Amino acid sequence: MKYDQARWTDGKTMEGEDADGQYEPLLSEKNSEEVEVESPLPDELTRDSVELPELSEPELARHYTRLSQMNYGVDSGPYPLGSCTMKYNPKFTEDVAALPSAGVHHDRSDRSLQGSLALMHGLQDYLAEIGGMDAVSLQPPAGAAGEFTGILVAKAFHEANGEGDQRDEIIVPDSAHGTNFASAALAGYEVVELPSGDDGRVDLEALEAAASDRTALFMLTNPNTLGLFERDIEEIADIVHDAGGLLYYDGANLNALLGQARPGDMGFDIMHYNVHKTFATPHGGGGPGAGPVGVVSDLAEFLPAPRVREVEDGDGKYERFEPESSLGKVHGFEGNWLVLVKTYAYIARLGDEGLTDASAKAVLNANYLASQVDYEVPFEPFHHEFVASAGDQDAADVAKRMLDYGVHPPTTKWPEIVSEALMTEPTEIENKDTLDQLAEAFNAVAAEDDETLANAPNRTTARRIDQTSAARNLRLSWQSLDSEE
Amino acid sequence: MSGRHESGERGSPYAPHTAEETEAMLSAIGADDVTELFDIPESVVFDGEFDIDERTEREAERHVRGLLSRNDDLTEFLGRGHYEHYVPSLVDHLSLRSEFLTSYTQYQPEITQGFLQALFEYQSMLVELTGLGIVNASMYDHATALAEAALLAARVRSTDGDRVLVPDYLLDQRRDVLENYTDGAGLSVETFATDDGNVDTDALAEAIDDEAVMVYAENPTTRGTVEENVEAIGDLADDHGALFCLGSDPVALSILQEPESVGADVVVGDAAALGLPTAYGMGLGLFATREDFVRQVPGRLVGASEDAADNRTYTLTLQTREQHIRRERATSNICTNQAWVALRTAIHAAYLGPEGLVDLANDCVRLADDLAERLDGISGLKAPVHDRHHFREFVAHTDQPAKAVAEDLEAEGFAVHAVGDHEVQVCITDANEHAADDLVAAFEEVA
Repeated sequence: MKYDQARWTDGKTMEGEDADGQYEPLLSEKNSEEVEVESPLPDELTRDSVELPELSEPELARHYTRLSQMNYGVDSGPYPLGSCTMKYNPKFTEDVAALPSAGVHHDRSDRSLQGSLALMHGLQDYLAEIGGMDAVSLQPPAGAAGEFTGILVAKAFHEANGEGDQRDEIIVPDSAHGTNFASAALAGYEVVELPSGDDGRVDLEALEAAASDRTALFMLTNPNTLGLFERDIEEIADIVHDAGGLLYYDGANLNALLGQARPGDMGFDIMHYNVHKTFATPHGGGGPGAGPVGVVSDLAEFLPAPRVREVEDGDGKYERFEPESSLGKVHGFEGNWLVLVKTYAYIARLGDEGLTDASAKAVLNANYLASQVDYEVPFEPFHHEFVASAGDQDAADVAKRMLDYGVHPPTTKWPEIVSEALMTEPTEIENKDTLDQLAEAFNAVAAEDDETLANAPNRTTARRIDQTSAARNLRLSWQSLDSEE
Repeated sequence: MSGRHESGERGSPYAPHTAEETEAMLSAIGADDVTELFDIPESVVFDGEFDIDERTEREAERHVRGLLSRNDDLTEFLGRGHYEHYVPSLVDHLSLRSEFLTSYTQYQPEITQGFLQALFEYQSMLVELTGLGIVNASMYDHATALAEAALLAARVRSTDGDRVLVPDYLLDQRRDVLENYTDGAGLSVETFATDDGNVDTDALAEAIDDEAVMVYAENPTTRGTVEENVEAIGDLADDHGALFCLGSDPVALSILQEPESVGADVVVGDAAALGLPTAYGMGLGLFATREDFVRQVPGRLVGASEDAADNRTYTLTLQTREQHIRRERATSNICTNQAWVALRTAIHAAYLGPEGLVDLANDCVRLADDLAERLDGISGLKAPVHDRHHFREFVAHTDQPAKAVAEDLEAEGFAVHAVGDHEVQVCITDANEHAADDLVAAFEEVA
């Protein structure tokens, strides 16, 4: 694939011939205006002036269109970013989320919100069914917020059993997502890091040794970050439960399992769903996502408030309610509602067959792509993603060079169990042709020398960016650029 | 009907494989069937069904539209932390460009300069509005931003202490989130009294001591009042080495006292007051703070840098604060944030420009004033309850039980908050002012 990304410049510079140029100028550099604040409020309660960009609508339309051209999304090309599940985001889901009937305020009466409540009730049911869980809260606004919520559920459970103080540890595998560690620490727990076994999976003996009457929770991703299914999952659940702890499922990799296996059936007690991964809501350049949390029936009473239920003998009406021992709230309202609408629409579109097929094709694609790539893949059998090793090459440089081939590179240098890791997740949306082109990009880079890699990228808007300069000489606003001059 | 875009035997409509392609791929892998690729023990294989019908796009669209149509078509005069202003069409059309919408976090900055610049511009506009040097690329919402502010305060404060002081008007849900987030750090949330909708500085002076890590207040407050004592609150916090965290939003910030100038150390709020229509409380957590605290800031930061061609570029920076690198020692667990909402907020703010933004904010003062005055003229109502200036919303006293008034108004097609036994709260902006006459008429009927 050949690729040249748009490069709008201020005209002062071409490819480094003239230093200190810039790409599309900042809004403030195009036009900025300071206006004095005159207000019906008394002067002592107001500010003197405010200075902001002042541009016409056509100028703005061009500015943001140019910025969009200097950006790359799933609709631009392949995006096999491991652990991120960069699926195609169906357009019609945007349309339903934009319906005026979806634009409602949280604080209205239940009676007047029957549509929203019906959709949320339906989504609670869908997610419970898909995860094999008994009750779901839609409130957490992201995956990490879901983890935090799940940990608070576990905390409330242990406290209710009089073991709140005693159970002060959360066990996390060394290969887990960074958020697992951070969420556990945020909730005030000691993090016990569990080293992976030689086969890249949970080492049962190490888990036996780590689990104790101090264990509140064991957080696990399955398939794990190497794409491997934890085949000993039932023994793992027994070890954790025998120690009196609970088992948490990090839903980041659920796209491998739809219709194939359910966390609830494997012995997990709590899980979160990354709907912006598994259920194709757009990542939006970093968010918003949503991280609903599902639990088994014994834990339902601790979930955040409110949840939605059918009114008894209510003729199909719905109401919000506070679970009996609710942990309270983890978001000011009910999380990212518009994302939840898109999630519901996606699941309603695919149904059983579509969801099951999505996972089947995601696993097929990962396996096919791996079979066509020259880099070694040390751990098998993987599912929806594989972790190749760049070997003697620097994985970060490999990624930069892949950009020149018009594809987004894999996640790099993680998990650390594979040296120079290239964590690759093509998802189900690519066909064979695209996967072949993607493999060509991998293989072309694999054959290139270090200098070529170190000098990449060349075809993207920006050439290699100096991260050290960014961190040493912090410029986090245009005001700080001004003061620099 | 059949074909590529219909559901049925093709499975996922967004998995483009033909039977021949699947066959060829399996044979390249050396497998006979896709099921062979799953390494799942028999005992945990799922052999049931979800019982979710598959639908064509047309059917799915109609289904969701049908569900949502069960929402009553009310004209909302609601606020209390979730605000609507008219969102110009430009915001939708540009933010929905799929290069923005379908992109991931900018971990490969060379290919995502566009989004990075947009976030840098968002940060910059909020730096101007708050006067504080650092604005992050977003938290989830006002409540979680407030919670993160308390955690930041506990980290940066030089002396020990565990008290977070909040005013009694703090929304229950914000307090709940604050307590959930700070419990692990051992902080305790304590309330101080307010006086007629503003902070009672005597009560705060009484409550504060050197154990306080943070004092929180709002401007405008949850009850719609403009806070007249921000400077005094800042001084009290400062006297005790506590951080002063101010809650606000970008519209209000354009005319109210600049937070930096009154001693605010952190500004939090819902920045989606610009950029997002009413969305069941979905928001954008504004988080601004002083440059001194930059290494303790939660969330992503976009900074300027240079590329190999010496051009100015943008990149995520100081990532060593974040969970994917620092893990349990990260400044926060946040990963996925509200970046796309920040893009929308930036577009909306730039669309308004300084004059448009100030005009919009002044409208929020005038509209609330006018409506309160009109309601005050209705027998059975007294508005506003607080003898203060107001912004967007105000509390009105009702002789009738507030709940009954709100219910009766709903029957007339309007939504307002019942916030006390005899108090309703009404919020008015450019988005609903066209219905103000009708609301007044309805109040005349029901009050």
